[in-house]
Parts: sequence; C-alpha cells; structure tokens
Amino acid sequence: MSDSHGHSHPHGPHPFQPDVEDAPLTHYQILQLAVAELLIEKGVFSGGDLRRTLEAIDSRSPADGAKVVARAWVDPDFKARLLADTNAAAAELGVDAGTIPITTVENTPGIHNVIVCTLCSCYPRLLLGLPPDWYKSRAYRSRLVREPRAVLAEFGTALADDIEVRVQDSTAELRYLVLPMRPAGTGGMDEDALARLVTRDCMIGVTLPDNPDT
Amino acid sequence: MPEISLPSLLPGAGVTHNCVMPADDKTRLRRHHDMGGLDAGPVERSEHDYAPWEKCVDAILRLLSGPKRGVLQIDELRRGIEDLGPGAYDELSYYERWIAAISNLLIEKGVISIDELGRKMAEVEARHEAERAKGGKA
Amino acid sequence: MSAPRFPPGATVRIRSAFPPGHVRAPWYLRGRTGAVSHIVGEMGNPEEFAYGRCDGPKLTVYRVRVRQPDIWPDYAGPPHDTLAVDVYENWLEPAGEEAP
Repeated sequence: MSDSHGHSHPHGPHPFQPDVEDAPLTHYQILQLAVAELLIEKGVFSGGDLRRTLEAIDSRSPADGAKVVARAWVDPDFKARLLADTNAAAAELGVDAGTIPITTVENTPGIHNVIVCTLCSCYPRLLLGLPPDWYKSRAYRSRLVREPRAVLAEFGTALADDIEVRVQDSTAELRYLVLPMRPAGTGGMDEDALARLVTRDCMIGVTLPDNPDT
Repeated sequence: MPEISLPSLLPGAGVTHNCVMPADDKTRLRRHHDMGGLDAGPVERSEHDYAPWEKCVDAILRLLSGPKRGVLQIDELRRGIEDLGPGAYDELSYYERWIAAISNLLIEKGVISIDELGRKMAEVEARHEAERAKGGKA
Repeated sequence: MSAPRFPPGATVRIRSAFPPGHVRAPWYLRGRTGAVSHIVGEMGNPEEFAYGRCDGPKLTVYRVRVRQPDIWPDYAGPPHDTLAVDVYENWLEPAGEEAP
C-alpha cells in the first residue's frame, strides 16, 4: 500500500519526527504516528496541543516533589496544609499538581510508607514525572504487597522490626506521595539544599533520604 | 442492609485464609493484570529514558482524556489494556500496550475507522522508508 | 453527601466476588478484613467509567487498613505491618459482628 489511496487531506508539516530516523519503525511506533496524525487531521487536537503537552510532560520531574517535601520539612504550617490538601499546597509553590487528588502520607519514627499500584501503575506524575520502569514491573507490583521488607532490602533500605511498614496500594482515583522524614544532621541546611536530598525513590518510599553526614 | 451471605458458588469464597480456595480456582479467577501477591523474581532496577514516541503516546492519552475533550476516560484505557489479554503483558512494552488500547478505543467510539487507520499506517511507514532511503540508510 | 455507611474504625470486609470486567478491588484482598482508617470522599465508579458511562451516582471511597498477617497467614515480617487500600463502597461489607 502506498500514498496513492486517494484520500486528499492537506498535510501540513508533521509536528513530530520518528525518534530513530535510520531504523525501521516498529509496528507500535507506526500506530502511534498514524493515530496522532489522524486525530490532528480530524481536529480532535492540534499539532500545537501535542507539542505543548509533550513539553508539559518533559517539564515535570522529581524536583517538583522534592521542592514540596523540602518546604514541608522547614515549615510546619505548610506541612499541615500539604497533608490536608497536597494539590493546593503544591500550587502555593507554583507546582501544578493537576486535577487528580494527591494524598501525602507522612513517615514518622514509627511508620514507614511505601507506594505501589498493583492493578496498573498509578503514580503522581505531576509531582514526580513519568514513573521509573521498575515501578511498573511485574516484580514490584506483585511482591511489594506480600513481602515489602524484602523488596525494600533490594533497594538497600533496612527498617527495624518495631517500625510499621505500611504499604499503600493505589487503587482509586487518587495518587500518593510519601513525605520522608528529614534526615538527622540537616539542621543548618537551607530549603534548596534540603530539596537536593529528596530523591524520587524516597518519595515513593523505597529508600530514605541520604543523610549528608554518612 | 442485612449481612450479605457470600456466594456459595466458589469453594471457600469469603474465608479469610488464602489456603482454603483451591489453587486452580484462584488462578482461574484472577485476571492477569491483577498481580498483587504473586511470586516474582527480584525487582530489576534498570531504567530507560522514555523515547519520544513513548512520550507521544502519553501526550495523546492526556489530550484525549482531559476535561476539555473527554474523548475517553483513563478508566477506559485501563479496561482496554486489561482486555488486551495476558500475552500483552509479556510481549508488549508499557507504551505499546497503551497505544494498542487507545487505538482500539478510538475505533470502538467511531473516532477513527479501521480503514483510515490502516491507510495512514501504510502512509507513515512509506514516508519513513523514503526518508531512510534519502539518507542512504535503507 | 449522605452519611457514609462505614464510619472510621468500622471493621469491614472486602467482598469476595469475582465478576468479569474492569474490577477495582484487588484480587489478593477479596475476602480480607480490615478497618476503615478514614473516608476518602465520594467518587465516580471507575467500574462504570471504564465502559464510558460517567453519569452514575458517586460512591463513597474508604481507606481500609489491613494487618499483613490477615492477608498472608505466612507473612514474614512483624505482625504490626499493614497495607492500606482505597475501596469503593460497593466492594465493602460489614465484618464487625463475626470473628474472622
């Protein structure tokens, strides 16, 4: 089959390029390009909409979540607002957390939270960016709910037996963010320095923030 | 509402210990994507940067499911991925499952037809091959 | 908003039902008993949304906390470890009166 099938939609410049121009496209890359072009031709959305959405995706990273966590570490009133309404609290810092409600769960000396989505891969994308591969993997989704301490150990996280490990299975139309505990020995650090201690993985709950003294 | 009596069709249904229902029944009743508690190997911590086409799939879904357009619901995408069947989890990558399910939903809803999608796919592929040939790589 | 059927602290069981289709109660939790830790709010039913029907009544969603040994009798960690899950009201039934 070629272009000579008789349809005559005017084609503007194509708003996206295949990512690897010197390799044949896979079936699913072809499908993606064809779906996008048809939806643009039909006016469901525009090429500009698609570009802006791609930019929005690229603009999100764990730095957004880290900013929120660092503020909660230094400002107890903000922390209270964060725990009450994460989307509104993030907005105070100029972070648009979107319309799906995000719930922040707080780690304490007695409780360690860790997040999974066993049914699919729900993730707070607007605070952490796109999820890492392992978060979506069969191994993580299967095992975290049954042997959380073994999975945490694989991430190098060993927790004392007197701590309650609380696995949150994200099943409903909301997302979760873990508020880790501020590491000891960080009393002199400012908010920006604190934010640099907050990794994506500790906001999922599989690791703890690095203690700069260790 | 009175106490619900649990369905008696399934041996052991409602019993709080997971050893009561015969293993073959449990296996049959669990859908493939519903994988909490299964045995699996170590969590592979490898990661990859998402390719542009993968982000494009994500962007298409965000645009279609956003409140402005409402062409499809996120939950419909989930249903669509689940209905790809068990093989999809083993054979397709994450965003391959997404675009497969999105395409099926757009066809179901009449947003695009199978015929125009097939023609557009051939056009996309031919265009790409022509570009490769120009670059001397084909 | 009508009064939630299960107040915080109520002992509830996730129903042991196995319908086909897009189901939001994880399989490993069906038939398990826990306690409502709080009421999340009212949300549209994703089992209807999944088929493009978005106009139905909202359901109360509850966060239910289950002790790990009540899910896995052979749980390897300490017995105070827990799992929290958000469950739509149609998937819950009272479990207070009977011993597990």
